[in-house]
Amino acid sequence: MKILVCISNVPDTTTRIKFTEGDASIDATGIQWVINPWDELSLTRALELKDDPATGIKSVTVAHVGPASSEPTIRKALAIGADDGIRINSESADAFFVAAQLADVAGKEKFDIIMCGIESSDYNGSLVGGMIAEFLGIPSVSAVSGIKIENGSPVVTREIDGGKEIVTVPVPFVAIVQKGIAKEPRIASMRGIMLARTKPIKVFEPVPAEPLTQVISLAKPAPRSACRFIDAENPSQLIELLQNEAKVI
Amino acid sequence: MSVLVYTENWDGKFKKLSYELVSYGAGVAGMINGSLTVLSIGKVDDEELKTLGSYGAQKILSIDNENLKVFDSQAYASVIAEIATREKTTVIIIANNNSGKAVAPRLSVRLKAGIGSGVNKLPVNVNPFTVNKRAYSGNAFAHLVIKSDVKILTLAQNSFDPVTTPNNAIIEKADVSVDKSLIRTEVKEVLKQSGKLLLTDADIVVSGGRGMKSPDNWAPLLELAEALGAATACSRPVSDEGWRPHEEHTGQTGKIIAPNLYIAVGISGATQHLAGVSSSKYIVAINNDKNAPIFEAAQYGIVGDAMKILPKLAEAVKNK
Ligand SMILES: Cc1cc2nc3c(=O)[nH]c(=O)nc-3n(C[C@H](O)[C@H](O)[C@H](O)COP(=O)(O)OP(=O)(O)OC[C@H]3O[C@@H](n4cnc5c(N)ncnc54)[C@H](O)[C@@H]3O)c2cc1C
Ligand SMILES: Nc1ncnc2c1ncn2[C@@H]1O[C@H](COP(=O)(O)O)[C@@H](O)[C@H]1O
Repeated sequence: MKILVCISNVPDTTTRIKFTEGDASIDATGIQWVINPWDELSLTRALELKDDPATGIKSVTVAHVGPASSEPTIRKALAIGADDGIRINSESADAFFVAAQLADVAGKEKFDIIMCGIESSDYNGSLVGGMIAEFLGIPSVSAVSGIKIENGSPVVTREIDGGKEIVTVPVPFVAIVQKGIAKEPRIASMRGIMLARTKPIKVFEPVPAEPLTQVISLAKPAPRSACRFIDAENPSQLIELLQNEAKVI
Repeated sequence: MSVLVYTENWDGKFKKLSYELVSYGAGVAGMINGSLTVLSIGKVDDEELKTLGSYGAQKILSIDNENLKVFDSQAYASVIAEIATREKTTVIIIANNNSGKAVAPRLSVRLKAGIGSGVNKLPVNVNPFTVNKRAYSGNAFAHLVIKSDVKILTLAQNSFDPVTTPNNAIIEKADVSVDKSLIRTEVKEVLKQSGKLLLTDADIVVSGGRGMKSPDNWAPLLELAEALGAATACSRPVSDEGWRPHEEHTGQTGKIIAPNLYIAVGISGATQHLAGVSSSKYIVAINNDKNAPIFEAAQYGIVGDAMKILPKLAEAVKNK
């Protein structure tokens, strides 16, 4: 079996976001780009599965929709341990466009398990994984917090309101992963970084797909009012304020 | 022009989220001068279905089909798409929760309908159709134009107050054909705790961080939560250490919540933590470091030792 891990690159999660003139996009100066945290965890789990010969997983490929300038993100994933990379040479116009590209590649290259994160930390869409599955007409499991392979078939844990379900699903399918999928992201070793330089990255040109949405501007959330401090010796005053001023209890 | 709201049910009952969705749908229907239809899938009795009418639904479609007993996103998306097409829907509204996130993107591809995901306010404009959506994990908002004829919006839970607008909605039993070949996921086992207030449903949340020092120190926090009728949450290191269960982890990589009141105890207020709680209507911070960033996000704060303050707060709640 072959696993495809879809990776997006996002500003480091501690970045203080600034906008360009006209608030049309974010100001990329000084931004540290990282692999979206969920995708890093997907990749980690995919590699753990491949490490265990009993799973029959033969390869782990990463795919990214982005211009040549985002290749370092793919190299990083190769350094962590992916076997090869695919880049679809285009800006990511919207989730529908990106999913159309990834679905095309996933279908042509016949991957069995396609892993996506529950959301990218920049666009916060929670869309691409489900869209890939629908484009391909294959099952998807959302909110996946665990994947095992038992007797050659995937057994997946998904989170539901107030609990979990253990689900079986035939391949090919899309796993949309969240917390729990792997404990800590695997990091690149020195040897991994050396090896990554010679691992192949295939570049595909995009297939036609009309974006359905467009971001026209960005804005900062309204600033919160200043904090009102309550004397630590008299905490009951807080309860009174919450009751009579904020009216939330 | 019409709006279609899909709400799931929980063992045959709706919850506040359902009424938030219907109220939001009524708001959007008003903006586009359209009608509002609400779709329910599963076994729900008429008495319960009728409650949706109180929030502005004009028509309630109820589908109870054997093949939809188990939630499969592919099958559900095909059914919702069929109803949307039949009803000539222009805007579809779904919850931005686990099942909504599973269904909405599939529906988008089926109907070639653009999505505004995780919205928390009515659209800014309907022509062009523009919504405000969360971006950069709460550090920004994006004005998003949806260009397709059919639009899908997924609504963040607890972000839109239910509004009662009494309406004598008609209830119709709808029939759909369910392609059984679409149902390929099979549930082997369900592990569910019942009776506990879900973190995502709670109006009040009391949350503990590393400043609580040890898992043995949680009793006064639980006592305050109990007195307030609140759910409990925690920061990531607390769940990573196993001090508290994983379901309680809030933040960018945990649950994203928007209660009316979030009380952060011994939590420093890292951006990744705030990403999950910054939509709370009120944030209270209790921290012994007056420079902790959590105070920048909070409206009320107490600088001091959590262990001393928590019991006094619980006491004050009980006496109020
Ligand atoms: C990719 C990524 C994703 C992440 N996702 C999340 C996430 O989803 N959620 C999350 O929470 N974190 C997340 N983090 C971690 C985050 O960066 C912080 O490390 C974490 O939130 C800190 O948790 P804390 O506030 O409990 O602990 P600390 O930062 O250690 O803060 C403890 C606080 O307690 C106070 N304190 C100490 N003693 C007392 C006392 N006696 N009484 C009162 N106050 C006291 C201290 O002043 C301090 O402010 C993520 C990090 C990364 C890199
Ligand atoms: N440009 C991209 N290239 C590859 N994968 C992507 C891209 N954008 C999003 N994804 C995948 O889709 C997931 C969810 O992203 P989103 O729907 O944008 O929140 C991410 O965690 C990635 O797995």
